Amino acid sequence: MKVLVAVKRVVDYNVKVRVKSDNSGVDIANVKMSMNPFDEIAVEEAVRLKEKGVVTEVIAVSCGVAQCQETLRTAMAIGADRGILVETAEELQPLAVAKLLKALVDKEQPGLVILGKQAIDDDCNQTGQMLAALADMPQATFASKVELTADKASVTREVDGGLETLAINLPAVITTDLRLNEPRYVTLPNIMKAKKKQLDTFKPEDLGVDVAPRIKTLKVVEPAKRSAGIKVPDVATLVDKLKNVAKVI
Amino acid sequence: MTSLVIAEHDNASIKGATLNTVTAAAAIGADVHVLVAGHNAGAAAAAAAQIAGVSKVIHADGASLEAGLAENVAAQVLAIASNYTHILFPATANGKNVAPRVAAKLDVGQISDITKVDSPDTFERPIYAGNAIATVQSADAVKVITVRTTGFDAAATGGAAAVETAGAAADSGKSSFVGREVTKSDRPELTAAKIIVSGGRALGSSEKFNEVMTPLADKLGAAIGASRAAVDAGYAANDLQVGQTGKIVAPQLYVACGISGAIQHLAGMKDSKVIVAINKDPEAPIFSVADFGLEADLFTAVPELVAAL
Repeated sequence: MKVLVAVKRVVDYNVKVRVKSDNSGVDIANVKMSMNPFDEIAVEEAVRLKEKGVVTEVIAVSCGVAQCQETLRTAMAIGADRGILVETAEELQPLAVAKLLKALVDKEQPGLVILGKQAIDDDCNQTGQMLAALADMPQATFASKVELTADKASVTREVDGGLETLAINLPAVITTDLRLNEPRYVTLPNIMKAKKKQLDTFKPEDLGVDVAPRIKTLKVVEPAKRSAGIKVPDVATLVDKLKNVAKVI
Repeated sequence: MTSLVIAEHDNASIKGATLNTVTAAAAIGADVHVLVAGHNAGAAAAAAAQIAGVSKVIHADGASLEAGLAENVAAQVLAIASNYTHILFPATANGKNVAPRVAAKLDVGQISDITKVDSPDTFERPIYAGNAIATVQSADAVKVITVRTTGFDAAATGGAAAVETAGAAADSGKSSFVGREVTKSDRPELTAAKIIVSGGRALGSSEKFNEVMTPLADKLGAAIGASRAAVDAGYAANDLQVGQTGKIVAPQLYVACGISGAIQHLAGMKDSKVIVAINKDPEAPIFSVADFGLEADLFTAVPELVAAL
Protein backbone atom coordinates (compact mmCIF):
# COMPACT_ATOMS: atom_id res chain seq x y z
CA MET A 1 0.00 0.00 0.00
CA LYS A 2 1.20 3.48 -0.90
CA VAL A 3 0.83 6.34 1.55
CA LEU A 4 0.77 9.97 0.47
CA VAL A 5 1.89 12.52 3.05
CA ALA A 6 1.37 16.25 2.59
CA VAL A 7 3.97 18.62 4.05
CA LYS A 8 3.85 22.41 4.27
CA ARG A 9 6.72 24.85 4.55
CA VAL A 10 5.89 27.35 7.29
CA VAL A 11 7.56 29.93 9.50
CA ASP A 12 9.40 27.98 12.20
CA TYR A 13 7.55 27.21 15.42
CA ASN A 14 9.97 29.31 17.47
CA VAL A 15 9.79 32.48 15.40
CA LYS A 16 7.60 35.27 16.68
CA VAL A 17 6.24 36.85 13.52
CA ARG A 18 5.87 40.58 13.05
CA VAL A 19 3.08 42.34 11.23
CA LYS A 20 4.32 44.44 8.29
CA SER A 21 4.05 48.20 8.79
CA ASP A 22 1.74 48.55 5.77
CA ASN A 23 -0.63 45.95 7.30
CA SER A 24 -0.47 43.80 4.16
CA GLY A 25 0.61 40.66 6.01
CA VAL A 26 3.31 39.31 8.29
CA ASP A 27 6.96 39.77 7.50
CA ILE A 28 8.46 36.42 6.54
CA ALA A 29 11.55 37.75 4.77
CA ASN A 30 14.71 36.28 6.29
CA VAL A 31 12.93 34.25 8.97
CA LYS A 32 13.63 30.58 9.55
CA MET A 33 11.27 28.27 7.70
CA SER A 34 10.59 24.66 8.70
CA MET A 35 8.20 21.80 8.09
CA ASN A 36 4.84 22.34 9.78
CA PRO A 37 5.15 20.37 13.08
CA PHE A 38 1.93 18.40 12.52
CA ASP A 39 3.18 17.37 9.07
CA GLU A 40 6.39 16.08 10.61
CA ILE A 41 4.21 13.86 12.79
CA ALA A 42 2.37 12.75 9.63
CA VAL A 43 5.61 11.78 7.89
CA GLU A 44 6.82 9.96 10.99
CA GLU A 45 3.58 7.98 11.20
CA ALA A 46 3.76 6.98 7.53
CA VAL A 47 7.37 5.87 7.91
CA ARG A 48 6.52 3.85 11.02
CA LEU A 49 3.71 2.13 9.12
CA LYS A 50 6.25 1.26 6.43
CA GLU A 51 8.67 -0.06 9.05
CA LYS A 52 5.87 -2.27 10.39
CA GLY A 53 5.45 -3.73 6.90
CA VAL A 54 1.86 -2.63 6.23
CA VAL A 55 2.95 0.13 3.87
CA THR A 56 5.23 -0.32 0.87
CA GLU A 57 5.93 3.23 -0.23
CA VAL A 58 5.76 6.68 1.37
CA ILE A 59 5.40 9.64 -1.00
CA ALA A 60 5.80 13.16 0.39
CA VAL A 61 4.02 16.01 -1.39
CA SER A 62 4.44 19.73 -0.92
CA CYS A 63 2.67 22.57 -2.72
CA GLY A 64 4.22 26.02 -2.95
CA VAL A 65 7.40 27.87 -3.84
CA ALA A 66 10.59 26.20 -5.13
CA GLN A 67 12.09 26.19 -1.61
CA CYS A 68 9.50 23.59 -0.57
CA GLN A 69 12.06 21.19 -2.01
CA GLU A 70 13.94 21.59 1.28
CA THR A 71 10.82 20.56 3.18
CA LEU A 72 10.49 17.51 0.94
CA ARG A 73 14.16 16.61 1.50
CA THR A 74 13.48 16.74 5.25
CA ALA A 75 10.52 14.39 4.77
CA MET A 76 12.74 12.04 2.76
CA ALA A 77 15.41 12.23 5.47
CA ILE A 78 12.79 11.06 7.99
CA GLY A 79 12.14 8.15 5.64
CA ALA A 80 9.77 9.07 2.81
CA ASP A 81 10.78 7.21 -0.38
CA ARG A 82 10.23 10.00 -2.88
CA GLY A 83 8.85 13.50 -3.16
CA ILE A 84 6.50 15.47 -5.36
CA LEU A 85 6.58 19.26 -5.51
CA VAL A 86 3.68 21.16 -6.99
CA GLU A 87 5.49 24.39 -7.67
CA THR A 88 3.81 27.78 -7.83
CA ALA A 89 4.55 31.26 -6.56
CA GLU A 90 0.81 31.97 -6.18
CA GLU A 91 -0.77 32.18 -2.74
CA LEU A 92 -2.27 28.75 -2.07
CA GLN A 93 -5.38 28.46 0.09
CA PRO A 94 -6.55 25.15 1.61
CA LEU A 95 -9.18 24.48 -1.09
CA ALA A 96 -6.55 24.87 -3.84
CA VAL A 97 -4.11 22.58 -2.00
CA ALA A 98 -6.87 20.00 -1.50
CA LYS A 99 -7.58 20.08 -5.24
CA LEU A 100 -3.89 19.64 -6.08
CA LEU A 101 -3.66 16.72 -3.66
CA LYS A 102 -6.84 15.22 -5.14
CA ALA A 103 -5.19 15.29 -8.59
CA LEU A 104 -2.14 13.50 -7.15
CA VAL A 105 -4.36 10.97 -5.36
CA ASP A 106 -5.95 10.15 -8.74
CA LYS A 107 -2.48 9.72 -10.22
CA GLU A 108 -0.84 7.73 -7.43
CA GLN A 109 -3.84 5.83 -6.02
CA PRO A 110 -2.59 5.70 -2.39
CA GLY A 111 -4.39 3.56 0.18
CA LEU A 112 -3.99 6.29 2.77
CA VAL A 113 -3.27 10.02 2.86
CA ILE A 114 -1.86 11.48 6.07
CA LEU A 115 -1.75 15.23 6.73
CA GLY A 116 -1.15 17.47 9.72
CA LYS A 117 -4.39 18.66 11.31
CA GLN A 118 -3.51 22.31 10.84
CA ALA A 119 -0.68 24.52 9.66
CA ILE A 120 0.75 26.80 12.31
CA ASP A 121 0.82 29.82 9.98
CA ASP A 122 -2.78 30.26 8.75
CA ASP A 123 -4.21 28.00 11.51
CA CYS A 124 -6.94 26.90 9.07
CA ASN A 125 -7.44 23.20 9.88
CA GLN A 126 -9.15 22.48 6.54
CA THR A 127 -7.00 20.75 3.91
CA GLY A 128 -7.34 17.12 5.04
CA GLN A 129 -11.11 17.27 5.40
CA MET A 130 -11.43 19.08 2.05
CA LEU A 131 -9.31 16.44 0.31
CA ALA A 132 -11.42 13.66 1.86
CA ALA A 133 -14.58 15.33 0.53
CA LEU A 134 -13.18 15.90 -2.97
CA ALA A 135 -11.81 12.35 -3.21
CA ASP A 136 -14.96 10.88 -1.63
CA MET A 137 -12.93 9.24 1.09
CA PRO A 138 -13.80 8.75 4.74
CA GLN A 139 -11.77 10.80 7.20
CA ALA A 140 -10.36 10.47 10.68
CA THR A 141 -9.09 13.84 11.90
CA PHE A 142 -7.02 14.74 14.98
CA ALA A 143 -5.59 11.20 15.27
CA SER A 144 -3.73 10.12 18.39
CA LYS A 145 -3.46 6.43 17.42
CA VAL A 146 -3.61 4.64 14.06
CA GLU A 147 -3.86 0.89 13.44
CA LEU A 148 -3.85 -0.27 9.86
CA THR A 149 -4.93 -3.49 8.16
CA ALA A 150 -5.12 -4.16 4.42
CA ASP A 151 -8.46 -2.45 3.87
CA LYS A 152 -9.37 -0.71 7.13
CA ALA A 153 -7.93 1.69 9.65
CA SER A 154 -8.85 2.00 13.28
CA VAL A 155 -8.16 5.54 14.42
CA THR A 156 -8.38 7.05 17.89
CA ARG A 157 -9.21 10.75 17.67
CA GLU A 158 -8.79 13.60 20.13
CA VAL A 159 -12.20 15.19 20.56
CA ASP A 160 -13.59 17.69 23.07
CA GLY A 161 -13.77 15.96 26.42
CA GLY A 162 -11.88 12.79 25.58
CA LEU A 163 -11.09 10.28 22.86
CA GLU A 164 -13.16 8.64 20.17
CA THR A 165 -12.37 5.62 18.01
CA LEU A 166 -13.53 5.23 14.42
CA ALA A 167 -13.16 2.40 11.91
CA ILE A 168 -12.72 3.71 8.38
CA ASN A 169 -12.50 1.95 5.04
CA LEU A 170 -9.41 2.53 2.93
CA PRO A 171 -8.57 4.56 0.97
CA ALA A 172 -8.97 7.24 3.61
CA VAL A 173 -7.61 10.52 4.92
CA ILE A 174 -6.10 10.84 8.38
CA THR A 175 -4.98 14.10 10.01
CA THR A 176 -2.55 14.04 12.90
CA ASP A 177 -2.79 15.51 16.37
CA LEU A 178 0.18 16.27 18.59
CA ARG A 179 0.32 13.05 20.55
CA LEU A 180 0.27 10.58 17.63
CA ASN A 181 4.02 10.10 17.81
CA GLU A 182 7.28 11.87 18.47
CA PRO A 183 9.13 12.44 15.19
CA ARG A 184 12.67 11.06 15.09
CA TYR A 185 15.72 13.27 14.74
CA VAL A 186 17.05 13.12 11.23
CA THR A 187 20.61 11.86 11.04
CA LEU A 188 23.32 13.13 8.72
CA PRO A 189 23.57 9.86 6.74
CA ASN A 190 19.81 10.02 6.16
CA ILE A 191 20.02 13.66 5.07
CA MET A 192 22.70 12.61 2.55
CA LYS A 193 20.58 9.68 1.37
CA ALA A 194 17.55 11.95 0.99
CA LYS A 195 19.43 14.14 -1.47
CA LYS A 196 19.58 11.22 -3.90
CA LYS A 197 15.91 10.29 -3.68
CA GLN A 198 13.54 10.99 -6.56
CA LEU A 199 11.79 14.38 -6.54
CA ASP A 200 9.32 15.18 -9.31
CA THR A 201 7.99 18.66 -9.97
CA PHE A 202 4.64 19.64 -11.44
CA LYS A 203 2.90 22.94 -12.02
CA PRO A 204 -0.77 23.37 -11.01
CA GLU A 205 -1.58 23.64 -14.75
CA ASP A 206 -0.04 20.20 -15.34
CA LEU A 207 -2.61 18.83 -12.89
CA GLY A 208 -5.45 20.87 -14.39
CA VAL A 209 -6.14 22.73 -11.16
CA ASP A 210 -7.19 26.38 -10.84
CA VAL A 211 -5.53 27.63 -7.66
CA ALA A 212 -6.87 31.19 -7.68
CA PRO A 213 -7.51 32.33 -4.06
CA ARG A 214 -11.16 32.58 -2.98
CA ILE A 215 -10.56 34.62 0.12
CA LYS A 216 -8.87 37.99 0.01
CA THR A 217 -6.86 39.31 2.91
CA LEU A 218 -7.78 42.97 3.30
CA LYS A 219 -5.42 43.73 6.15
CA VAL A 220 -3.37 42.17 8.89
CA VAL A 221 -2.90 43.94 12.20
CA GLU A 222 -1.28 43.31 15.56
CA PRO A 223 -3.67 41.89 18.13
CA ALA A 224 -4.81 44.17 20.92
CA LYS A 225 -2.02 44.14 23.46
CA ARG A 226 -2.76 42.91 26.91
CA SER A 227 -0.79 45.00 29.29
CA ALA A 228 1.00 43.45 32.20
CA GLY A 229 -0.71 44.06 35.52
CA ILE A 230 0.95 44.16 38.87
CA LYS A 231 3.09 41.81 40.91
CA VAL A 232 1.64 40.95 44.29
CA PRO A 233 3.95 40.24 47.22
CA ASP A 234 2.05 37.35 48.78
CA VAL A 235 -0.96 35.06 48.65
CA ALA A 236 -3.03 37.22 51.01
CA THR A 237 -2.69 40.24 48.71
CA LEU A 238 -3.57 38.09 45.72
CA VAL A 239 -6.77 36.84 47.36
CA ASP A 240 -7.66 40.40 48.38
CA LYS A 241 -7.15 41.67 44.80
CA LEU A 242 -9.24 38.86 43.31
CA LYS A 243 -12.05 39.41 45.80
CA ASN A 244 -12.14 43.18 46.02
CA VAL A 245 -10.51 44.63 42.90
CA ALA A 246 -11.16 42.13 40.10
CA LYS A 247 -14.24 40.73 41.89
CA VAL A 248 -13.94 37.38 40.16
CA ILE A 249 -14.16 35.12 43.23
CA MET B 1 -29.91 36.05 2.89
CA THR B 2 -30.32 33.33 5.51
CA SER B 3 -27.71 31.77 7.80
CA LEU B 4 -27.57 28.18 8.97
CA VAL B 5 -25.92 27.31 12.29
CA ILE B 6 -24.92 23.68 12.80
CA ALA B 7 -25.72 22.90 16.43
CA GLU B 8 -23.18 21.27 18.73
CA HIS B 9 -25.15 18.85 20.89
CA ASP B 10 -25.10 15.45 22.56
CA ASN B 11 -28.60 14.48 21.35
CA ALA B 12 -30.02 15.33 24.79
CA SER B 13 -28.95 18.95 25.09
CA ILE B 14 -27.44 21.84 23.17
CA LYS B 15 -23.81 22.64 23.97
CA GLY B 16 -22.85 26.18 24.89
CA ALA B 17 -20.73 26.61 21.74
CA THR B 18 -23.97 26.67 19.72
CA LEU B 19 -25.08 29.82 21.56
CA ASN B 20 -21.92 31.74 20.67
CA THR B 21 -22.25 30.62 17.06
CA VAL B 22 -25.84 31.90 16.90
CA THR B 23 -24.58 35.30 18.10
CA ALA B 24 -22.00 35.32 15.28
CA ALA B 25 -24.73 34.38 12.79
CA ALA B 26 -26.99 37.14 14.09
CA ALA B 27 -24.16 39.66 13.59
CA ILE B 28 -24.22 38.83 9.87
CA GLY B 29 -27.69 40.32 9.86
CA ALA B 30 -29.68 37.58 8.19
CA ASP B 31 -32.35 35.19 9.46
CA VAL B 32 -30.83 32.42 11.56
CA HIS B 33 -31.81 28.77 11.23
CA VAL B 34 -30.28 26.00 13.32
CA LEU B 35 -29.69 22.43 12.14
CA VAL B 36 -29.80 19.74 14.83
CA ALA B 37 -28.52 16.56 13.18
CA GLY B 38 -28.60 13.64 15.59
CA HIS B 39 -30.41 10.54 16.75
CA ASN B 40 -33.29 10.69 19.23
CA ALA B 41 -32.32 14.32 19.50
CA GLY B 42 -35.81 15.75 20.04
CA ALA B 43 -34.78 17.30 23.35
CA ALA B 44 -31.78 19.02 21.73
CA ALA B 45 -33.97 20.34 18.91
CA ALA B 46 -36.49 21.67 21.43
CA ALA B 47 -33.69 23.40 23.31
CA ALA B 48 -32.38 24.92 20.05
CA ALA B 49 -35.84 26.35 19.38
CA GLN B 50 -35.55 28.35 22.60
CA ILE B 51 -32.40 30.20 21.60
CA ALA B 52 -33.24 33.86 21.13
CA GLY B 53 -32.83 35.08 17.56
CA VAL B 54 -33.38 31.71 15.91
CA SER B 55 -36.31 31.73 13.48
CA LYS B 56 -36.35 28.04 12.54
CA VAL B 57 -34.87 24.76 13.74
CA ILE B 58 -34.36 21.90 11.33
CA HIS B 59 -34.26 18.59 13.15
CA ALA B 60 -32.79 15.69 11.17
CA ASP B 61 -32.98 12.45 13.07
CA GLY B 62 -31.54 9.05 12.24
CA ALA B 63 -29.06 6.37 13.34
CA SER B 64 -26.58 7.62 10.71
CA LEU B 65 -26.30 10.89 12.63
CA GLU B 66 -25.96 9.52 16.15
CA ALA B 67 -22.17 9.63 16.47
CA GLY B 68 -21.67 12.79 14.42
CA LEU B 69 -19.62 11.06 11.71
CA ALA B 70 -18.22 13.76 9.40
CA GLU B 71 -19.29 12.01 6.19
CA ASN B 72 -22.94 11.75 7.24
CA VAL B 73 -23.27 15.12 8.96
CA ALA B 74 -21.68 16.85 5.95
CA ALA B 75 -24.17 15.10 3.65
CA GLN B 76 -27.00 16.31 5.88
CA VAL B 77 -25.80 19.90 5.68
CA LEU B 78 -25.27 19.67 1.92
CA ALA B 79 -28.82 18.45 1.43
CA ILE B 80 -30.15 21.83 2.58
CA ALA B 81 -27.12 24.04 1.83
CA SER B 82 -28.67 25.61 -1.28
CA ASN B 83 -31.15 27.52 0.94
CA TYR B 84 -28.39 29.43 2.70
CA THR B 85 -25.87 32.21 2.10
CA HIS B 86 -23.90 31.49 5.27
CA ILE B 87 -23.22 28.16 6.98
CA LEU B 88 -21.66 28.48 10.43
CA PHE B 89 -20.16 25.81 12.66
CA PRO B 90 -18.73 26.32 16.14
CA ALA B 91 -14.93 25.86 15.99
CA THR B 92 -15.14 22.78 18.21
CA ALA B 93 -13.61 19.38 17.39
CA ASN B 94 -16.89 18.43 15.68
CA GLY B 95 -17.32 21.69 13.80
CA LYS B 96 -13.72 21.69 12.57
CA ASN B 97 -14.14 18.09 11.46
CA VAL B 98 -17.24 18.64 9.33
CA ALA B 99 -17.11 22.24 8.00
CA PRO B 100 -14.28 21.82 5.44
CA ARG B 101 -16.05 18.79 3.95
CA VAL B 102 -19.08 20.98 3.33
CA ALA B 103 -17.00 23.83 1.91
CA ALA B 104 -15.08 21.57 -0.48
CA LYS B 105 -18.27 19.94 -1.80
CA LEU B 106 -19.73 23.41 -2.40
CA ASP B 107 -16.43 24.43 -4.06
CA VAL B 108 -16.03 27.42 -1.74
CA GLY B 109 -13.22 28.51 0.55
CA GLN B 110 -13.72 28.26 4.30
CA ILE B 111 -13.17 31.03 6.79
CA SER B 112 -11.90 29.37 9.96
CA ASP B 113 -12.10 30.58 13.53
CA ILE B 114 -13.69 33.98 13.03
CA THR B 115 -13.60 36.30 16.03
CA LYS B 116 -15.56 39.20 14.51
CA VAL B 117 -18.08 39.86 11.75
CA ASP B 118 -17.29 43.10 9.88
CA SER B 119 -19.92 42.68 7.16
CA PRO B 120 -21.74 39.75 5.53
CA ASP B 121 -18.63 38.91 3.49
CA THR B 122 -15.82 40.25 5.68
CA PHE B 123 -14.56 38.68 8.88
CA GLU B 124 -11.67 38.88 11.32
CA ARG B 125 -9.67 35.83 12.32
CA PRO B 126 -6.44 35.25 14.22
CA ILE B 127 -3.44 33.78 12.36
CA TYR B 128 0.03 32.71 13.56
CA ALA B 129 -1.23 31.60 16.96
CA GLY B 130 -3.03 34.89 17.46
CA ASN B 131 0.10 36.98 16.84
CA ALA B 132 -1.72 38.70 14.00
CA ILE B 133 -5.36 39.36 13.20
CA ALA B 134 -6.37 39.11 9.54
CA THR B 135 -9.40 40.81 8.02
CA VAL B 136 -10.54 38.58 5.18
CA GLN B 137 -13.19 38.91 2.51
CA SER B 138 -14.82 35.97 0.77
CA ALA B 139 -15.83 36.20 -2.87
CA ASP B 140 -17.74 32.91 -2.77
CA ALA B 141 -21.52 32.73 -3.07
CA VAL B 142 -21.83 30.71 0.13
CA LYS B 143 -19.71 31.50 3.16
CA VAL B 144 -18.70 28.44 5.16
CA ILE B 145 -17.43 29.62 8.52
CA THR B 146 -16.21 28.22 11.82
CA VAL B 147 -16.71 30.47 14.82
CA ARG B 148 -14.24 30.86 17.64
CA THR B 149 -16.64 30.75 20.54
CA THR B 150 -14.57 33.01 22.79
CA GLY B 151 -15.03 35.83 20.25
CA PHE B 152 -18.81 36.05 20.69
CA ASP B 153 -21.17 36.21 23.68
CA ALA B 154 -23.62 33.38 24.20
CA ALA B 155 -27.09 34.01 22.75
CA ALA B 156 -29.85 34.25 25.33
CA THR B 157 -32.70 31.80 25.60
CA GLY B 158 -36.37 32.67 25.54
CA GLY B 159 -37.08 32.25 21.84
CA ALA B 160 -39.79 30.05 20.39
CA ALA B 161 -38.77 28.97 16.90
CA ALA B 162 -40.68 26.45 14.84
CA VAL B 163 -39.11 22.99 14.62
CA GLU B 164 -39.22 21.37 11.21
CA THR B 165 -38.19 17.76 10.76
CA ALA B 166 -36.05 16.52 7.89
CA GLY B 167 -35.11 13.05 6.72
CA ALA B 168 -31.69 11.84 7.85
CA ALA B 169 -28.88 11.48 5.32
CA ALA B 170 -28.02 7.92 4.37
CA ASP B 171 -25.00 6.34 6.04
CA SER B 172 -21.88 6.66 3.85
CA GLY B 173 -20.93 3.07 4.65
CA LYS B 174 -17.28 4.15 4.71
CA SER B 175 -16.79 4.87 8.38
CA SER B 176 -18.23 3.63 11.61
CA PHE B 177 -18.14 4.68 15.22
CA VAL B 178 -16.37 2.22 17.53
CA GLY B 179 -16.31 3.87 20.92
CA ARG B 180 -15.72 6.89 23.05
CA GLU B 181 -13.61 7.41 26.12
CA VAL B 182 -15.04 10.43 27.82
CA THR B 183 -13.00 11.89 30.60
CA LYS B 184 -15.30 11.55 33.58
CA SER B 185 -15.31 14.63 35.69
CA ASP B 186 -17.66 16.60 37.89
CA ARG B 187 -15.84 19.74 36.93
CA PRO B 188 -17.14 22.27 34.43
CA GLU B 189 -16.08 21.73 30.85
CA LEU B 190 -12.84 23.51 30.02
CA THR B 191 -14.17 25.69 27.21
CA ALA B 192 -17.31 26.65 29.17
CA ALA B 193 -15.78 27.18 32.63
CA LYS B 194 -15.93 30.54 34.39
CA ILE B 195 -12.73 29.78 36.26
CA ILE B 196 -9.79 27.69 35.03
CA VAL B 197 -6.74 26.66 37.02
CA SER B 198 -3.97 25.52 34.75
CA GLY B 199 -0.73 23.71 35.52
CA GLY B 200 2.59 23.58 33.74
CA ARG B 201 5.73 21.51 33.58
CA ALA B 202 6.94 22.92 36.90
CA LEU B 203 4.54 20.53 38.65
CA GLY B 204 7.01 17.77 37.86
CA SER B 205 4.81 14.68 37.82
CA SER B 206 1.28 13.47 37.27
CA GLU B 207 0.92 12.82 41.04
CA LYS B 208 2.07 16.32 41.96
CA PHE B 209 -0.16 17.81 39.26
CA ASN B 210 -3.21 16.19 40.84
CA GLU B 211 -2.08 16.78 44.41
CA VAL B 212 -1.51 20.52 43.88
CA MET B 213 -4.07 21.48 41.24
CA THR B 214 -7.12 19.46 42.31
CA PRO B 215 -7.70 21.14 45.71
CA LEU B 216 -7.44 24.56 44.08
CA ALA B 217 -9.91 23.59 41.35
CA ASP B 218 -12.27 22.13 43.97
CA LYS B 219 -12.11 25.25 46.08
CA LEU B 220 -12.85 27.55 43.12
CA GLY B 221 -15.30 25.24 41.34
CA ALA B 222 -12.91 25.54 38.42
CA ALA B 223 -12.01 23.46 35.39
CA ILE B 224 -8.44 22.18 35.17
CA GLY B 225 -6.24 23.04 32.21
CA ALA B 226 -2.61 22.38 31.36
CA SER B 227 0.20 23.67 29.20
CA ARG B 228 1.44 21.61 26.28
CA ALA B 229 4.66 20.88 28.17
CA ALA B 230 2.66 19.36 31.05
CA VAL B 231 0.55 17.28 28.68
CA ASP B 232 3.55 16.10 26.65
CA ALA B 233 5.25 15.07 29.87
CA GLY B 234 2.20 12.99 30.79
CA TYR B 235 1.18 15.05 33.84
CA ALA B 236 -2.28 15.81 32.45
CA ALA B 237 -4.70 14.33 29.90
CA ASN B 238 -4.50 15.43 26.26
CA ASP B 239 -7.88 17.13 26.24
CA LEU B 240 -6.80 19.51 29.01
CA GLN B 241 -4.27 21.27 26.79
CA VAL B 242 -4.84 25.00 26.48
CA GLY B 243 -3.16 26.73 23.54
CA GLN B 244 -2.91 27.35 19.81
CA THR B 245 -3.49 23.73 18.91
CA GLY B 246 -5.43 22.74 22.01
CA LYS B 247 -8.43 24.43 23.61
CA ILE B 248 -9.00 28.16 23.22
CA VAL B 249 -10.46 29.49 26.45
CA ALA B 250 -11.58 32.85 27.82
CA PRO B 251 -12.85 32.38 31.38
CA GLN B 252 -13.50 35.12 33.93
CA LEU B 253 -10.43 33.97 35.85
CA TYR B 254 -7.43 31.99 34.61
CA VAL B 255 -4.87 30.91 37.19
CA ALA B 256 -1.60 29.76 35.58
CA CYS B 257 0.56 27.76 37.96
CA GLY B 258 4.12 26.95 36.94
CA ILE B 259 3.44 27.87 33.32
CA SER B 260 6.20 29.92 31.68
CA GLY B 261 3.88 31.29 28.96
CA ALA B 262 5.10 30.21 25.52
CA ILE B 263 3.35 32.13 22.72
CA GLN B 264 1.45 28.98 21.78
CA HIS B 265 0.00 28.78 25.31
CA LEU B 266 -0.80 32.50 25.48
CA ALA B 267 -2.68 32.11 22.18
CA GLY B 268 -5.13 29.86 23.97
CA MET B 269 -5.87 31.96 27.07
CA LYS B 270 -4.92 35.61 26.61
CA ASP B 271 -8.54 36.66 26.14
CA SER B 272 -9.37 35.59 29.70
CA LYS B 273 -10.85 38.43 31.74
CA VAL B 274 -8.44 38.17 34.67
CA ILE B 275 -5.17 36.26 34.53
CA VAL B 276 -3.20 35.24 37.60
CA ALA B 277 0.31 33.83 37.21
CA ILE B 278 2.15 31.97 39.91
CA ASN B 279 5.74 31.28 38.90
CA LYS B 280 9.08 31.37 40.64
CA ASP B 281 10.91 32.65 37.55
CA PRO B 282 10.61 36.47 37.56
CA GLU B 283 11.42 36.52 33.84
CA ALA B 284 8.63 34.12 32.83
CA PRO B 285 6.72 35.58 29.84
CA ILE B 286 3.40 34.69 31.50
CA PHE B 287 3.90 37.73 33.77
CA SER B 288 3.67 40.01 30.71
CA VAL B 289 -0.02 39.13 30.28
CA ALA B 290 -0.97 38.53 33.92
CA ASP B 291 -3.15 41.01 35.79
CA PHE B 292 -1.78 39.68 39.06
CA GLY B 293 1.60 38.01 39.19
CA LEU B 294 2.89 36.17 42.22
CA GLU B 295 6.56 35.36 42.13
CA ALA B 296 6.65 32.26 44.31
CA ASP B 297 7.21 28.53 44.41
CA LEU B 298 3.88 27.02 43.42
CA PHE B 299 4.31 24.11 45.81
CA THR B 300 3.99 26.48 48.74
CA ALA B 301 1.90 29.25 47.15
CA VAL B 302 -0.90 27.09 45.76
CA PRO B 303 -1.69 25.28 49.03
CA GLU B 304 -1.50 28.64 50.78
CA LEU B 305 -3.97 30.01 48.26
CA VAL B 306 -6.30 27.04 48.81
CA ALA B 307 -6.20 27.70 52.55
CA ALA B 308 -6.86 31.42 52.10
CA LEU B 309 -9.88 31.04 49.82
